[in-house]
Amino acid sequence: MNIEKNIKTLIVKKPLKLDCGKTIKDFPIAYETYGTLNSKKNNAILVFHALTGDQFVTGINPVTNKEGWWNYAVGPDKAIDTNKYFVICSNVIGGCMGSYGPSHKDPEQNVFGTNFPVITINDMVNAQYNLLEHFGIDKLFCITGGSMGGMQVLQFISNFPDKSKTVIPIATTSSHSAQNIAFNELGRQAITADSDWKDGSYASNKANPGKGLAVARMAAHITYLSKKGLQEKFGRKLQEREDLKFGFDADFQIESYLRYQGSVFVDRFDANSYLYITRAMDYFDLAKQFNGNLSDAFINTKAKFFIISFTSDWLYPTQENKDIVIALNSIGADVGFVEIESDKGHDSFLLDVPDFLGALKNFLDKSYDEN
Amino acid sequence: MKNEFKVIADLIEKDKKVLDVGCADGTLMKFLKDNKNINIRGLEISKEKVQECIAKGLTVIEGNAEKDLKQFPDKSFDYVVLSQTLQAFLNPELVLDELLRVGKRAVITIPNFGYWKVRFHLLFKGTMPITKTLPDEWYNTPNLHMCTIKDFFHFIKSKKIKIFKSLALNDLNTSLINDSNLGVKNLFADLGIFLIEK
Repeated sequence: MNIEKNIKTLIVKKPLKLDCGKTIKDFPIAYETYGTLNSKKNNAILVFHALTGDQFVTGINPVTNKEGWWNYAVGPDKAIDTNKYFVICSNVIGGCMGSYGPSHKDPEQNVFGTNFPVITINDMVNAQYNLLEHFGIDKLFCITGGSMGGMQVLQFISNFPDKSKTVIPIATTSSHSAQNIAFNELGRQAITADSDWKDGSYASNKANPGKGLAVARMAAHITYLSKKGLQEKFGRKLQEREDLKFGFDADFQIESYLRYQGSVFVDRFDANSYLYITRAMDYFDLAKQFNGNLSDAFINTKAKFFIISFTSDWLYPTQENKDIVIALNSIGADVGFVEIESDKGHDSFLLDVPDFLGALKNFLDKSYDEN
Repeated sequence: MKNEFKVIADLIEKDKKVLDVGCADGTLMKFLKDNKNINIRGLEISKEKVQECIAKGLTVIEGNAEKDLKQFPDKSFDYVVLSQTLQAFLNPELVLDELLRVGKRAVITIPNFGYWKVRFHLLFKGTMPITKTLPDEWYNTPNLHMCTIKDFFHFIKSKKIKIFKSLALNDLNTSLINDSNLGVKNLFADLGIFLIEK
């Protein structure tokens, strides 16, 4: 795929010291914007994407020709109203939509592969901070994101406590649980077990570990949905057949659905990026950065927080979101919290869930009125 | 806005930090925020009511007072307000202790089971009383621990809780309660409002 021509890129000249100890400089951050930055520069919202997202939040993604990943929430007159707000989103470093990642070339013109430095959520937000300088924005109106996007939200406000007026972490956690790490490891093992992975150097070997990456996506996709949601949508319905075939073809619709999800994912995502980004999520433990006291991560910020979880999300369940609320309350921070009723599992934040979108819109618009 | 909220608002000085426990649709919160420059937070169990508060631009946390008050540090609010909800908790005494731990002071209102209409209802009709402040049937009422103004007055004194002000409300009439008129107020008020501190 030819991605370069549709991608806006900021080359970060300043060296960035990564958590792993290595330093990167002159590296690209690919970004996209929606709406218009006003003259006071106080209407900017920085959106952080999740594991497999990218900078193309809404409208048609020019690389994949599919709808942006947060089309339900972002756009003209939507919850994050681009008639009103200036939305910025960038591809995380380690990603594969133009930002510096394992599919880029090292100074000797070899594709990095697994020689790319291991990155963290902290590294991602430190890299993205450069966008504020690029746009001349002193203070964002809001930072928001779901899932891994929510982790970046928490890390960003901890690193830059006075750089956003409002903070909306959605369906997220302050620390990846053993179960979260386990599912990510399953995905990584599926990729590295594919003989076409070739120790990460598949690009120079003209190979692609598509099968492994598809399995990783299939396993992860199950964790994004709820049991009830799956049962209602698929149940035991058969795939274009009257009866069971007594074989290993996709008899059930759910099998066919997962296979499809796996196959389309392979077309748009890089296997090594999947390894790097899941690793960054697994390493995320904000409390650990503050000697086990999560409250200390937010002690210096006056920002207004609004935390949202979903009833059927078992990947980042309500309790893990509430732990963030508790940490904020214990230091008297300005924090609101709501758990949205939804059968759509972790993916609820990406879907048409009116209670969620309404709460998001109301919180943003009321907070903006106080500007 | 109902008279009860006006009386509560009068008990709270400007520019204070207040937690409204069981804030419902945020009517009192909004009034305090707009008229008294109160730094206001709410705790509310109903998802629908939480949404209504968010639509008003209020900071509210969805949660249950019996479980979720413990996350707030000691004396982190100047006032904690609890309107007509104490009787609905499984353990009102524990909630009361928590309110007085979290707030420097607490404003607590209780529907009065000693109100004459309530007594008459039970005495003459022989069925569970239904009044303006006690609108539900016995089988669907959220109230688990009904008490009278007199019960509550004695209860807080026995717990060595300081009463700054206790008020009897009957529609638009507000009057002070003291040791000597307690019996009369207990008969003629349908709501008691207590400003207390521990």
